[in-house]
Amino acid sequence: MNFDMKRRILLKGALASGTLGIALGAGLLTPKAAMAAWPKAAFETKDIDGSISTLMGVSGSEESDKIKIKAPDIAENGAVVPVTVSTDMAGVETIAILAEKNPLPLIASFDLGEGVLGTAGTRMKMGTSGDVIAVVKAGGKVYTARKNVKVTIGGCGG
Amino acid sequence: MEKKPIKVKAKFKNDVVTVKALMGHPMETGNRKDKKTGKKIPARFIQEVVCKSGGKTLMTANWSGGVSKDPYLMFKYKGGKKGDMLELSWVDNTGKSAKTEVKVA
Repeated sequence: MNFDMKRRILLKGALASGTLGIALGAGLLTPKAAMAAWPKAAFETKDIDGSISTLMGVSGSEESDKIKIKAPDIAENGAVVPVTVSTDMAGVETIAILAEKNPLPLIASFDLGEGVLGTAGTRMKMGTSGDVIAVVKAGGKVYTARKNVKVTIGGCGG
Repeated sequence: MEKKPIKVKAKFKNDVVTVKALMGHPMETGNRKDKKTGKKIPARFIQEVVCKSGGKTLMTANWSGGVSKDPYLMFKYKGGKKGDMLELSWVDNTGKSAKTEVKVA
């Protein structure tokens, strides 16, 4: 009995370190080229303002009614919430999408090249009801807009 | 290379090219647990999507695991025309990548 208990603890430990090893391995194996461009610090923080300022390289933002967020008022399935952010501002450099209540709020950022219009669309996961935050960097300044989306079934975790 | 292809449609209308793309990818956040074993499913998601045309980068998207499975991407640009070649590629956090080319229609 005693021996069996110990064996169990040992097994548990081995399993836990095993998953950790995989997680670490995944991080280490990532090619440098991809890592250099991917703004890890902005993606791996819970702090929304911090994430935005890290990503955009500008601290502070203003709310703007020139940003339109197209997303459903009620999302039946939180695993797939279509979002389109559009703005007619001039000189849009970056568009980013965040979900306020997600464990890691920053979902996506889009760096726009020359001639690209201020529109970006994708589908995102939302853990629970909350605001979708759209961030637009134009002419060196950062603007934000929000839209509340109610989620019936969460899309984070299982 | 991934088994599921990237589907891209690029349409030219009123001076604007609209690009819509669907990529086959599991987009695992790393927070989900396998219901049978209770172990966490390791993170696997597309980190970077690059779209180029005529040697110029039109758009670079940086993503987290918060983008839905089999991700969709849409953007629009000016200065393109019918017959232009458009290249779209992605790299995920495990270093896997895929690439496709499509003609603007």
